[in-house]
Amino acid sequence: MTAPAIELKGISKAFGPVQANKDISISVQPGTIHGIIGENGAGKSTLMSILYGFYKADAGEIFIKGEKTLIPDSQAAIRAGIGMVFQHFKLVENFTVLENIILGAEHGAMLNSSLGNARKELKHLAEEYGLNVNPDEVIENLSVGHQQRVEILKALYRKAEILILDEPTGVLTPAEADQLFRILDRLREEGKTIILITHKLREIMEYTDTVSVMRRGEMTATVKTSETSPEHLAELMVGRKVLLRVDKKPAEPGATVLDIKGLRVVDEAGVERVKGIDLTVHAGEIVGIAGVAGNGQSELLEVLGGFADGTGEITMNGVALPLTGHGADGQARRAAGISHVPEDRQREGLIMEFAAWENTVFGYHHSPEIQNGLLMDNKGIYTEAEAKMQRFDVRPPDPKLAAKNFSGGNQQKIVLAREIERNPDLLLIGQPTRGVDIGAIEFIHQQVVNLRDQGKAILLVSVELEEILSLADRVVVMFDGHITGERDAAHTNEKELGLLMAGITDTSAVANGNGGNDTNPQEVPADG
Amino acid sequence: MDKMPKWADIVLIPFISLFLAAFFSALVILAIGENPIAALKLMVDGALMRSAGWGYTLYYATNFIFTGLAVSVAFHARLFNIGGEGQAMLGGLGVALACLYIDWPHWSLAILGASVGAACFGALWALIPAYLQAKRGSHIVITTIMFNFIAAAILNYVLVELLRPVGAMDPASAKFPEAVHLPTFQDMFSTEGSKLFRGAPANVTFFLALLACLVVWVLIWKTRLGYEIRAFGESETAAKYAGISPVRITVIAMLISGALAGMMSVNTTMGESERLILNSTEGAGFIGIAVALMGRNHPFGVLLAAILFGFLYQGGAELALWTSIPRELIVVIQALVILFTGALDNMVREPLEKLFIAMRRRNA
Repeated sequence: MTAPAIELKGISKAFGPVQANKDISISVQPGTIHGIIGENGAGKSTLMSILYGFYKADAGEIFIKGEKTLIPDSQAAIRAGIGMVFQHFKLVENFTVLENIILGAEHGAMLNSSLGNARKELKHLAEEYGLNVNPDEVIENLSVGHQQRVEILKALYRKAEILILDEPTGVLTPAEADQLFRILDRLREEGKTIILITHKLREIMEYTDTVSVMRRGEMTATVKTSETSPEHLAELMVGRKVLLRVDKKPAEPGATVLDIKGLRVVDEAGVERVKGIDLTVHAGEIVGIAGVAGNGQSELLEVLGGFADGTGEITMNGVALPLTGHGADGQARRAAGISHVPEDRQREGLIMEFAAWENTVFGYHHSPEIQNGLLMDNKGIYTEAEAKMQRFDVRPPDPKLAAKNFSGGNQQKIVLAREIERNPDLLLIGQPTRGVDIGAIEFIHQQVVNLRDQGKAILLVSVELEEILSLADRVVVMFDGHITGERDAAHTNEKELGLLMAGITDTSAVANGNGGNDTNPQEVPADG
Repeated sequence: MDKMPKWADIVLIPFISLFLAAFFSALVILAIGENPIAALKLMVDGALMRSAGWGYTLYYATNFIFTGLAVSVAFHARLFNIGGEGQAMLGGLGVALACLYIDWPHWSLAILGASVGAACFGALWALIPAYLQAKRGSHIVITTIMFNFIAAAILNYVLVELLRPVGAMDPASAKFPEAVHLPTFQDMFSTEGSKLFRGAPANVTFFLALLACLVVWVLIWKTRLGYEIRAFGESETAAKYAGISPVRITVIAMLISGALAGMMSVNTTMGESERLILNSTEGAGFIGIAVALMGRNHPFGVLLAAILFGFLYQGGAELALWTSIPRELIVVIQALVILFTGALDNMVREPLEKLFIAMRRRNA
């Protein structure tokens, strides 16, 4: 057996009182794809940052190809043959592909010879791995999938033998993700070693050779992918059995609650983001809006929630809602019976510096029942917050703690508790489980389904297809500000929705369950 | 979990910062050939060991409480109001008009009327920058500081051309009538046997300032408006989500801030000079920024910080009077205090946080 491409022995790292990595040992064979899976805050990113020289481990050793290696900074990591593709790309937007690739690896003061070499090398890499990108294109004109390729090319240009990818598919359409994994396969065949960090069980099961599970800073298991199952991995991640699919009975849609006709939204930069959509949501159903981030879903939610202006017609229980001006603000929307769990809980849904109890009335602070003469009834709010946190299993159940000190999942539970317990006619819910761990996802989904079963209308926006498919009753797909299709959630599949998300409305080839093979859709522009 | 206990944040950090400021001040005093310990003793003697000294310290502190609260309220909405100086100047105009043109039967009514006048004029002077910020995005730091200069020019014009009594040489209004004379601490606390606060300018306005602290505390932490101001200050995107209008909060917070700054002139114009003079604010509007910084934008902290700066002002005056330490050095000392308590806060905070975390880990 050859020496492992990477071997970590006893890596530990603490941030203040938090032990992010605890005595982690792992060994990755060359020419394999090794998955690392774990909940948010399990320590995956910390471990990779240590490997890439961003952090210094408190204890432990790193071996590359059997040789003990010190990695004090990212330059050392690159010299050791490690390349990293971050979740948020580190590219200069208005530079060309070629310029980005040589950035930091120029041969001298003059760029010409570097650019020439890079062009040759790029051509070679493109042939070898199928990594086709136009070297003279400016980054901002590339689709997200192609930008990611540039990141991979950057690593390969620096002679990376080991490629680390951090949540690489978070921003991709399913088709783009497929292409990415084909490229990774080629790289593996050529003997490169790939470490894939993800929280998506499906990707782990389909594409990796071995998988390590992290939980609370510890490596709980390393197994061969072929010898495990999604349920088993989920259990290892969370530490208990989890329900991966939402348990719900068929929807019983009632009267129309929300009716949207010809809605258009122009953003602050003057770009039209929603280009005339019609949509209805009925009582007792969950309508899911699928789409790659940036295709107008966020703007739709913002108009409905009252913090962006739009044109068109929206009625709520038969009453027209104003779309601009004072009558269209968040307060007016709440009065109309709309609750809103916003997409970005940290920047919108919560005041991070406020204590949890103060956050439990945020947006509803005008409600008469929490006023005490001229003052706010802070005692009453606090007591109620305590009860709410119990009911929604927020941990720790301490209303005095600032919102920023809760984990993502628990922050989301605070927002949900606030919005759901208002008993709205319509719940808007954006990215309900983004950055939320598996254990909490189960709980959050159950709460949303319960609300539906009480006969409430729910409009769900999520970039996670899996979530849309398991939670929604009806799926509407948005692409470039238009609705490209509507499907019954029970009778569609990821392939079909994937095509719609890429703007292709002819889905006959992949409809009804099975899904076609490598259909190669046109490339999707990065932002509508 | 918070990085360190609350008491360390509120008490320990300002204390260490002050100590550092004192240490460097001592070095400066040494460098010009004076004895820092004697200087400190003189400052404490002059400002705190006699009732008259306290009378001056608290007089200055009253100014700083108002301007410090003004900066704090705006800062809770993340608005940096550095126009306190101009707002206080115009507030003085409000006080003068109220005192000169209304026939008050008693000082207690007059102080209410003058406070309203001061608050209105101060608020009005803050309204324009607030509106420009809210509607046009003109940065409030720039506009408020420019408005300080405009206020000074206006006051100059009004005093010289309009309010100056015929025949008077200095740019000042007429003396206010006897009926609006505010009781000084000397009037209030001296008995036949012992003269307290002799000649000191501290007056009943100090209690108005204490009341203002209380009102601001209730406003910020107990009312819906305060909740909205703080929410807006922490996150504008979240405020929009909650239906809190940024325009409304920006304007209201600045109005309150301007009103508080304006009310400072009740102390100087009505309580001390008893007529409107040029430059009665003496930079208190700017000291308010340091006071708010050091007081962590909390009314109680502002009160303590204002008293500290009152002490520095009065102690500094004593130094200039009794030693060859030049008056300018006092400005250096004040600057050091501002530097260490405000700007270099993190220099003390970070090591201290590390220390507490290390201690907690060892105990765990």
